[in-house]
Formats: sequence, structure tokens, C-alpha cells
Amino acid sequence: MVKDQEFLKKKSAYCLDLAKKLGATDSSVVVKNSVSETVNFRNKKLDESNRSDDLGISITTYIGKKKSSISSSNLLNENLNVLIEKCIETTKNTPEDEFNSLPDRDLLAQEVKDLDLYDDTQIENDQKINYLKKLEDAASNDKKIVNTESSFTQNKSNFILANTDGFCNGYKTSSFTASSVTVAKDEKSMERDYEYSSKCFLKDLDDANELGKLAANQTIRKLSPKKIGSEKIAIIFDKRIAKGILSTFASAISSSAISRGTSFLKDKVNQKVFSDKINIFDKPDMLKGLGSRNFDSEGVKTDTLKLVDQGILKHYLIDTYNGKKLNLKSNGRCGGTSNLYFENGNISFKDLLNSNSKSLYITETIGHGSNIVTGDYSVGATGFLVENGEFKFPINEITIAGNFKDMFQNIILANDLEFKYATNSPTMLIEGMVVAGK
Amino acid sequence: MSNFFEKSDLSRSEAENIISETLQKCDDGELYLENSKSESILLDDNKIKNSSYNSDLGFGFRAISDEVVAYSHSNEISKNSLKQSSENLKSTLKSVKGTYNYEIAKSNKKYYENINPIEQKSLNEKIKILNDVNNYLRSKSDKVKQVTANFLGEQKSVEIIRSGGETLSDVRPLIRFNVSVMLEKKGRKETGVYGVGGRQSYDTYLKDDNWKSVCDEALRIASVNLESKPAPAGEMKVVLGPGWPAILIHEAVGHGLEGDFNRKKTSAFHNLMGQKVASEGVTIIDDGTIDNRRGSLTIDDEGTPTEKTVLIENGILKNFMQDRLNARLMKTRSTGSGRRENYRHIVLPRMRNTMMLSGNHTQEEMIKSVDKGIFAVSFGGGQVDITSGKFVFNCTEAYEIVNGKIGSPIKGATLIGDGPSILKEVSMVGNDMMMDPGIGTCGKAGQGVPVGVAQPSILINKMTVGGTKL
Repeated sequence: MVKDQEFLKKKSAYCLDLAKKLGATDSSVVVKNSVSETVNFRNKKLDESNRSDDLGISITTYIGKKKSSISSSNLLNENLNVLIEKCIETTKNTPEDEFNSLPDRDLLAQEVKDLDLYDDTQIENDQKINYLKKLEDAASNDKKIVNTESSFTQNKSNFILANTDGFCNGYKTSSFTASSVTVAKDEKSMERDYEYSSKCFLKDLDDANELGKLAANQTIRKLSPKKIGSEKIAIIFDKRIAKGILSTFASAISSSAISRGTSFLKDKVNQKVFSDKINIFDKPDMLKGLGSRNFDSEGVKTDTLKLVDQGILKHYLIDTYNGKKLNLKSNGRCGGTSNLYFENGNISFKDLLNSNSKSLYITETIGHGSNIVTGDYSVGATGFLVENGEFKFPINEITIAGNFKDMFQNIILANDLEFKYATNSPTMLIEGMVVAGK
Repeated sequence: MSNFFEKSDLSRSEAENIISETLQKCDDGELYLENSKSESILLDDNKIKNSSYNSDLGFGFRAISDEVVAYSHSNEISKNSLKQSSENLKSTLKSVKGTYNYEIAKSNKKYYENINPIEQKSLNEKIKILNDVNNYLRSKSDKVKQVTANFLGEQKSVEIIRSGGETLSDVRPLIRFNVSVMLEKKGRKETGVYGVGGRQSYDTYLKDDNWKSVCDEALRIASVNLESKPAPAGEMKVVLGPGWPAILIHEAVGHGLEGDFNRKKTSAFHNLMGQKVASEGVTIIDDGTIDNRRGSLTIDDEGTPTEKTVLIENGILKNFMQDRLNARLMKTRSTGSGRRENYRHIVLPRMRNTMMLSGNHTQEEMIKSVDKGIFAVSFGGGQVDITSGKFVFNCTEAYEIVNGKIGSPIKGATLIGDGPSILKEVSMVGNDMMMDPGIGTCGKAGQGVPVGVAQPSILINKMTVGGTKL
């Protein structure tokens, strides 16, 4: 069982008291416990079971404007004594930074709403095994599927965040995750693809049969891919790739990238960064949301932000330190975004496929080809050639490239948004990108 | 060396009894104990932004029966906690009828010293160097708009207790020093990154103001990129420089030669053992035994001494990299390649220092032979889809080659190729093999481990360059 609030609170109070005794003028502490149980299947047989019980503590101490931090998985007081002493010693020897401080008191979260993030249900390994059997039966139905690997994880976590300004809060969260990776083979090729479902509540998890079928179909359709020539072409990003482009946008508006001057979106607030029709929200208080939270990792309250309004950038993602540097107030985004999404566009998925006589539909990208300093983008890609709205044949060993500054201005979104991850996008079309192939 | 039982209500002999009792009739398994201490000191934006210290302690208990692995880990080294883990393992492996394999290779060789790099240099000295780096770079050019520099140091003590009480242990130091610099000229910004590291003290890498040469290299890369023009798009000849560009080898063939993917037949290489997979003259090894290298290990995380494993010899596929589980199921022996990020993770067969050995061509010859292509000198990261065999890596410093001569620098672009066929496209192997500077981390199944790479300059006949210029 995951440790209760009382245990975590006791540990955090112990650390704050000790830090103060040893000379800290301020301090903050996070104590976390996370218990997960995973069962893996391969080719319809049990392959692995894994139970993990993780405890962790991290403490930041301040002496005036000097700051240092320590973390440990060993929560015995004896160990904490040694570490906190070391932390204070290091703090004393670290140069001052005028922007170091705890968050402003008036910004700390006052109330903690129940966002429905914890499901007490305990799913035993035998039940996980039943789910995976069903899933793998569905996934391996077609003879072309030569390998299946599936996994079911239950995770329960609890945490307390406390600081010397009196903030002390935390709550339990849970997640249930099922995934399936399948390999398909024909005379010419071998391909892999996957499907996945993750929810706060067990009863919301996708049906095992459906998940298995999807994983298999998505893999089989990739068989016998072709390589195409290099050209300028419209690219349609599957939702699972489109969300990555939204994540890159989020890293480019983080207050740390902005204050350091290392983002192509620096000084772009109130300017048009996307096309008129684009609206982007970050909404922390969605019930059962995979990115939902009551406060950020410093305890600052988090309100819903409309980050982009009709194409215009309205906010950066601001934490206390970088906020002070930029002369802005924290908007509760220390640790990044919560439930981040593009609002739906106004055309259907089908119309999006039909909007060009020829386009590429991308289902997977590989490589770390997003540069937020310059906005340059270049990644390896796998997908399908689409002609007159129809999927013609699978494609691989190509790259797609462009620059986010232009790409953002050319985004057209379908109206098929779902909340499957913490960051979500409808299917996305971008014209004018370059494909490198043969 | 850590004494894991010193402050515990669990004695060593009690632990040994629980291990032996849990693993009887299992085919393999062990208790893995780990105590790691690490530090990170970061200078950024003219200030010491972060000084942090982490101490991590825990165990992972593993039982294997046939193909099934049961694993349980915890931070609490106590009687209750180990018994709870034992129960978890037994409940997964309900009816086991294997025979425990007591055999494990032994060696007295050590590839690094038992030191704690964190304690060998005071915080004030480290902070001074970081400030010196910042001042040095900013004084070199008024185009320097941002400097980030950091120290990462670690000492990891591990102990492996097998059924019957056999115990193997290792203490692993590791450091890394990195510098990143951003330049701005007429509104255009570009960065350059460079670093050094390995399993020795900070001073070994930084003595005699050697940190200046790290700064100079980062600055040089950033300056080159400031003048770069859009990269071409399409298939062309590619000359790779020596050293770090060997992440091509790591991605293109390294991952595909790991035992697990081949046992499961999900690697594009699984049916190619003994066959020609590379041009003649191409030899690739994975070596855990080079003194003090980032990817070196005295023993792997199952207790097997590491070795120099020949993967491809003169173009022919010779060996896969194996941990104990995959070796047993494939009826071969462990190559000492069983690794894990830490006690929270299961063991997987992983690379150590992956190297292509020298041939007899010169880099000059290679460039002269190319009419139209690119010369790639420095890289960011890479990735591979081991099933389709397609892999990518991202250039961070590259030039066009026009009529046998190096031309203008080109912008960072992704290069994509096909693992099983790319090595057959290698038409010249250079005589200038070089190790990387000691900065690589390889990710697999969510686990990062330190690795090294090395190669000479090579000429590849055909690769797709993912630029924007058609």
C-alpha cells in the first residue's frame, strides 16, 4: 500500500524543522511514495512481473539568497540528518542569486479541489493476466503478426509538498495503463507498431479486445513500405505525433528558455505566432485529467490559461525563479504544462485528408530533431502516401523538415480532439514542408 | 565499499537464506544492492543556478524461471521488505521446476579505481572553474549571449548476491563536464555543445586548464553553425568524421545486435548470424574492458566480468551481446553485457564501448572522391527502430562537399538509413580511429546507461539527408 498522508507530513515537518535549526532561512520539501505493479505478456504467455515501491524526498534550503538542494530514497532520520547538514553546508558555499526565493505567499494554492485523480480499486495480477490474455488473443489473430508484447501497470502515488511559509499539501493519484506492441512480417519487410491506453480510473480503460485489434491493424498496414522521392508536400500528422509538436511549443514558451534567451519564441507575447484559427489551452482542473493538478511543483495555484488566442501568443509558462527574472508573476507552471491542448479545428478528419490531392500521413517520427533555439525541425518519419483522400501505400526511410516559425503559421486542425494523453492535439495538417527520400 | 547490512535489521546471512530459499528451483536470479551518491553543479546565465546532491539506496530482487522474469524492488533494506519482495516473486512464479545455474565467470581485472570523484574536489574549486568557464567564453567574443556549464559526478557501489551466497561487487566512479554556448549575430542564434568525461577524477580531465579546450571546441561548433546554410534534402554520399559520429554504429547495428531482440526475433538482424552484413574491412567490437572509459565496467550488473566482444569481423556477423537470461535461452554464454540503469530496473543486454576499428584509407582520400555529398563531423543524438532497421542521427556540425572539396557549413539535419544495409554501403574505412570524448548515454526501454563509441572516418555511398533544400 502507498504510504498515507500522515507519514509523509511527519517526514516533511522533520526536514523543515531540522533545516531551520541548522541555519536555513527558508526551505521546501517534497516527499513522495509510488507503488506500481506491472505484468508483461509476450506471445500470449506471462513474460515478466515487476513490483516497485519507491520512496523519495527532495529538500531545498535557502540561506538568504543562497540555495542548494539534496534528494534521497533513504528516509531514515539518521540519513536525513547527514544529508540536510550537507545541504546547509553546500548552501553556505554557493554564491547568491538575487532571484532565489520561495514563491510569493499570496500565490500559493489555498484550496485543494477533488479532481477525481485517485481510484482506490486494486487490480490483482490474475486480473491483469486475464486482460492481457484477451488483448494478446485479439492482437495475434492475423497470421502476419509474429510477435506481441503487452503490458498492464497499476500505479498508486501519494505526495506532500511543504515549505517554511506554511504551505503543506498533497494528494493521491492513480493510473492504470495497458499497452501492446506488435511485430508483423511479410516476405519483404518486418514492421512494429503499438497502441496504448492510460486512465486514472480502471473502469475507463480501453477494452482489451479493441486495444489488441488496433495495435495489430496499425502494424499490418505498415508492411512492404516504399521510399519516395524528395519533394515539397503537405504533411498530415497523426494525433500521436501532432501532440509532440504542441509539446515543442510548450518548451519554447517556458520561462526558463525565455529568460535565458534560448527560444525562437522570445519576445513574441501578443504577436501572431499561429494562424488565426488556432487556440491553445492549458487546463489543470479537468476531472480525471492525466495532467490535472491542484498546484504546481512549488505550491503555486494553477488557473486555466488560454496560451494562444486566435493565433496570438498570450502567456509564457512561468515559475517563481524565472518569473522574478522576467519581472512577471508565476502562473503556476513550474514543472511545465498540465492538460495542454489545441482547440478543435472546424473540418472533419476526412476533409483534412481530402484537402490536398497528394499528402503524407505521418504515424511515427524518430530522432531528436527539434531545435527550440532556431526553430529548425528535421526528423526521420514513417507513414502513408495519401492521394485524393485515400491511403495508398506505406512509406519509410524518409525525413521531414521545416522551421516551426513557418510550420506554426500553416497549421490546419481537424475536429477530432480526444483526451488520451496529458498533451493532446486533433489531427494536424501542415503545408509546405520538405520530404527527403530517394 | 558499502556495507548494505550495517544499519539494517536484516543480517547478511538472513538475506542469503531468503535469497537461496526464494530461488530454489528457479533457473537464475539474484539480489542486487545499490548505493549511489551523485552531484550536479550547474552554471547558467552568469549564475550558479543549481548545486544538488543525491543519495540513492535500494535493492532489486529477481527470480527467473524459463523465460519468465519476476522482479521486485524497494528502497528499504529490511527484513520485512525483502520478505515482501520474496513473496511477490513466488506469487508470480507459482510452479517452478528449474535448476539454478550457480556458474558465473570470474576475473581479477579492474578497469577503474575505487574513488569517489565527488569528494576529490571541493565545491568551491568546482564553482571557481564554472565561473572561469563563463568569464573565459564571454571574453572571447561579444557574440556570446549564453553560457551553460556543469559538473556531474557519481560513485555507485553495487553488490550482487546469488543463490548459495556467492557475492560479487563493484564500485564505479563516473564524471562528466559539459559546456554549451549560444552565439548571436544579426538576430540569428546558434549553439555549440562539447563535453568530456569518464571513470576518473574531475582533475584528470580538467588539469592544466584543459577546460579551456572544451570551451574552445563548443565555441568553434557554434561559430561554424552561425555561418551555416540550409542543408540539402535527398540521397547522397556522406563522409563521417572519426570519434563521436560512431553513434551511427551504435544506432544502425549496435541495438539490433542485442541478445533480447534476436531471441525474440524482432531485430532486423535475427537471421543473419554468420552472414555478410558489412563491406569487407569493416570490423565492429563492443568492449567493456578499456581503462577508465565511460562505457567500461569491471563486472556487469549480473556480476559477469565484461569482455571485448567481436560483433562483426571483416563484414561477417559473429556475435550478439548477451546477458545471462538471453544467453541461456539462446544456448550461448553471457558476454558481460547485462546492464541496468539502477536497482529500479530489470537487466537488459546493452552496449558498453562500441567501436569500428581502423582501415587504411585517409579522410582526405574520402573527401576527394565525392562529387556531391556532405561531411558530418559532430552529432547530437540518434534513434533506431530495431524491427524495420531504420535509424536516424542528428548532425550538429556538417559541411557540403562539392567536387572533392569541403564547402560551406550546413544547418543541423537528420540523416536516415537502413541498419542492415548501411554497412554494405561503406566504401572506405579510415586509418584514424578515435574514441568519443566520454559523454554518451544510451536509452532503451526507459533506462539510460553510460556508453562509449569510437570509429575512424568512413565514406558511405548513399544515405538520405533530411535538409530543406531541394
